[in-house]
Amino acid sequence: MQMDKKEYGELVKETTPKTKEGKTILCAFAIGGLICMIGQAFSDLLKVLLPAFDDKKIGALTGVVMIFLGSLLTGLGVYDKIGYYAGAGSVLPITGFANSVVSPAIEYNKEGIVFGLMAKMFSIAGPVIVSGVCASVVIGVVYYIIGLF
Amino acid sequence: MEIFLTYLKVFAVGGLVCSVGQILINKTRMTSARVLVTFLLAGALLEAVGLFRYIEEFGKAGITIPITGFGKSLAAGAIEGAKLGLYQACTGGLAAVAAGLTAAIAFGFIIALISKSKPKST
Repeated sequence: MQMDKKEYGELVKETTPKTKEGKTILCAFAIGGLICMIGQAFSDLLKVLLPAFDDKKIGALTGVVMIFLGSLLTGLGVYDKIGYYAGAGSVLPITGFANSVVSPAIEYNKEGIVFGLMAKMFSIAGPVIVSGVCASVVIGVVYYIIGLF
Repeated sequence: MEIFLTYLKVFAVGGLVCSVGQILINKTRMTSARVLVTFLLAGALLEAVGLFRYIEEFGKAGITIPITGFGKSLAAGAIEGAKLGLYQACTGGLAAVAAGLTAAIAFGFIIALISKSKPKST
């Protein structure tokens, strides 16, 4: 699937909540901080419920819970309303990553499941995954080479 | 009282990360995908140079719930894998975020399938 820069920009602009400058930073701070506190609460709760799990697994599970909540709220149409006020406060937390997966998937569902939903799912999350995986390979290989000496 | 202080730190660090993102959006007209990539790479880089754990000790979920935590997990997995061999150095990153990525794809698919597209409300 080929998409030129302009089309891509338009798609992102469409999915990015429109915000006015000024108090946007304060809103981002408040809502971003709040979402992180919710994440911390789930992390603390999971630690009590699953004492056998180590910190790494608790962290991963917390991410799963937050992603589920982000996807669900996007499906219900609530997350985009939050995003209208929160801006980066709703984009940067992992719930925003879930939102960036679900939102285009819902929008392009009508174009068919394979080329609509499944393909468009990654129109924003794709760059995130590609850059992240490539960075992790570079870091891993560099650490491996350093470890050889 | 201590738990109150912990949550206050989480709120402050998480809020700070998000407001830096908002400033980037306001000043440079960055799209959300670019902001996400920037913060992901920042998280991975901070972990690679060993600074992430100090921020995490202080801010806990304030730095791990934003996408920086996703980058940190990728880098941490790769660094841990590098101790075992070249194969694990390459696969460790993705293995570390397997749960989150699977959740995003599986939940995303199911929820998108059952949700109706709504007209954009501005």
